[in-house]
Amino acid sequence: MTKSISDLEEIARKCRVEIVKMVHRAQAGHPGGSLSEIDLLAALYATRMRVRPDEPKWGDRDRFILSKGHASPGMYSILAEMGFISHEDLKSYRVLGGVCQGHVDMKWCPGVDFSAGSLGMGLSFGMGCATAARLDGSDRRAFVMIGDGEMQEGSVWEAAMAAAHHELGNLKVILDRNRIQNDDFCEVQMRMFDIPAKWKAFGWNVKEIDGHNMTEVMEGLDFLEAPENCNGPSILIAHTIKGAGISYMENNPSFHGAAPNDEQFHQAMLELGEVEA
Amino acid sequence: MTRMAATRDGYGQALLDLAGNEKVVVLEADLGKSTKSLHFRKAYPDRTISCGIGEQNMLLVGAGMAASGYIPFASTFAIFTERAFEQMRNGIARPNLAVHLCGSHGGTHTGTDGSSAQSIEDLGIFRTLPNVVVMHPCDDVSTRVLTMQLPALGTPSYMRTARNKTPVLYDGREDEIKIGKGIVLKEGNDVAIVACGVLVSESLKAAESLKAEGIHATVVDMHTLKPIDGQLIDTIATRCGALVTAEDHNVIGGLGSAVAEHLVANTFAPLEMVGVPDRFGESGQADEMLEVMQISAHYIALAAKKAISRK
Repeated sequence: MTKSISDLEEIARKCRVEIVKMVHRAQAGHPGGSLSEIDLLAALYATRMRVRPDEPKWGDRDRFILSKGHASPGMYSILAEMGFISHEDLKSYRVLGGVCQGHVDMKWCPGVDFSAGSLGMGLSFGMGCATAARLDGSDRRAFVMIGDGEMQEGSVWEAAMAAAHHELGNLKVILDRNRIQNDDFCEVQMRMFDIPAKWKAFGWNVKEIDGHNMTEVMEGLDFLEAPENCNGPSILIAHTIKGAGISYMENNPSFHGAAPNDEQFHQAMLELGEVEA
Repeated sequence: MTRMAATRDGYGQALLDLAGNEKVVVLEADLGKSTKSLHFRKAYPDRTISCGIGEQNMLLVGAGMAASGYIPFASTFAIFTERAFEQMRNGIARPNLAVHLCGSHGGTHTGTDGSSAQSIEDLGIFRTLPNVVVMHPCDDVSTRVLTMQLPALGTPSYMRTARNKTPVLYDGREDEIKIGKGIVLKEGNDVAIVACGVLVSESLKAAESLKAEGIHATVVDMHTLKPIDGQLIDTIATRCGALVTAEDHNVIGGLGSAVAEHLVANTFAPLEMVGVPDRFGESGQADEMLEVMQISAHYIALAAKKAISRK
């Protein structure tokens, strides 16, 4: 069933509600990067990923690797929306024994294909998945989401070089370019200069979009899937806003890894239309 | 005359022997000529993935392939496996993905390249990772046999191989070699020498020299450091009452530590540990390094007498 732009926007809104609830409930976690990535995840899962929520280990599924694995509330919320886990499961975020571990973990949560947590690892893992798909003669894809601060890890560039060398057209990266990392703005911590030029120079197909404009997000995903871009790896650079959708979290480095208090939580629910003023 | 061969050649042969399993893939980081995965690459280029000089990427490409149903064998120098330790930890050991990592040219025995290439801590650091089997075989036959048993393991592994040739001990004895089971090469009741890798043959030499002095030593090839063969340690500790460990590895963290960890909690017996005395190596021939590092047969025999004196 095709999803309209407004359908996708509504999925993303519902996910935002769950993200804030999870982080508020746990009084810990990473709301900023979850909110910046969620429009991308909503569109990717709702319209592109070839997966079976009732058969999460189906061998020929597309793989999604959340390399910025701390932004797990975003991924858990879309997995619940898709039916991989229940909304009740979301209450287990950061709770002993819960499927929703602090960082997404393939051993704990259905629908998670990669045990993340350390930055700079997911792209290499995705390259392995893409290589395996090629050896299998399968047309399944590996989608990898990385963060912009993550690009400061040298291992990202080992993987970028290797994936282009091997012309892995089934490897698709989405960069959540939210401009903020743990301690401060990327521009302060470590400037990355011309990011599209870097990826082009490494031999990748590159497109930039506004990662919160659902029409542009869909065009970006079209770009990743376009046959002419399957000659090698492709990256969608999505310009996003850390904390997008919650006014006091937007562009605020404090909400990279901090939970809202009760008052802030209530305000977030107001802004997301979950409660009336 | 004793046949001489390098354990890395046994690894290369095993990869070829395993090739009938179409899920076996080989990952290289520009050292296939040295680790001996090159034979597989020549025969099966489609199942060999060059990762360039990028060990961190290589290990996680392996993890992604293992998660997709393949059985990856990745190799590089032992020293370079260490720069990908966190990849091994978080990307392989933690999700228990059966990637098999081989570090060749391990230990000071690797010789003239000098201290930068002489990994003396690899066995120790990988031994600290849950789910990871750690091995250091002593000859090409056992390396081949143990490598061929890895696909059935279903868990990740680290195996150290050596650059230089050592005496071959297991021609025609392939059936005795099993992951996790130490092998008694010589029986004696006065002291037990537990060794791995290149120091197994040194330990046999030490046992010969001890015999000339009327001391009868048991010699064990403890090719698997983890899981350690605790049952065998109990048996020889009870029988001999004194133990020596011998390894071309820092005396901290490797075989000696593994045996000590078992002894203190089980059958207690005095233990002397022969290993690199917590220092870095230098350039030198393999046999010279064994003397400089005080890990040759001479030092093993000395340690045996000391262990006996502590009974």
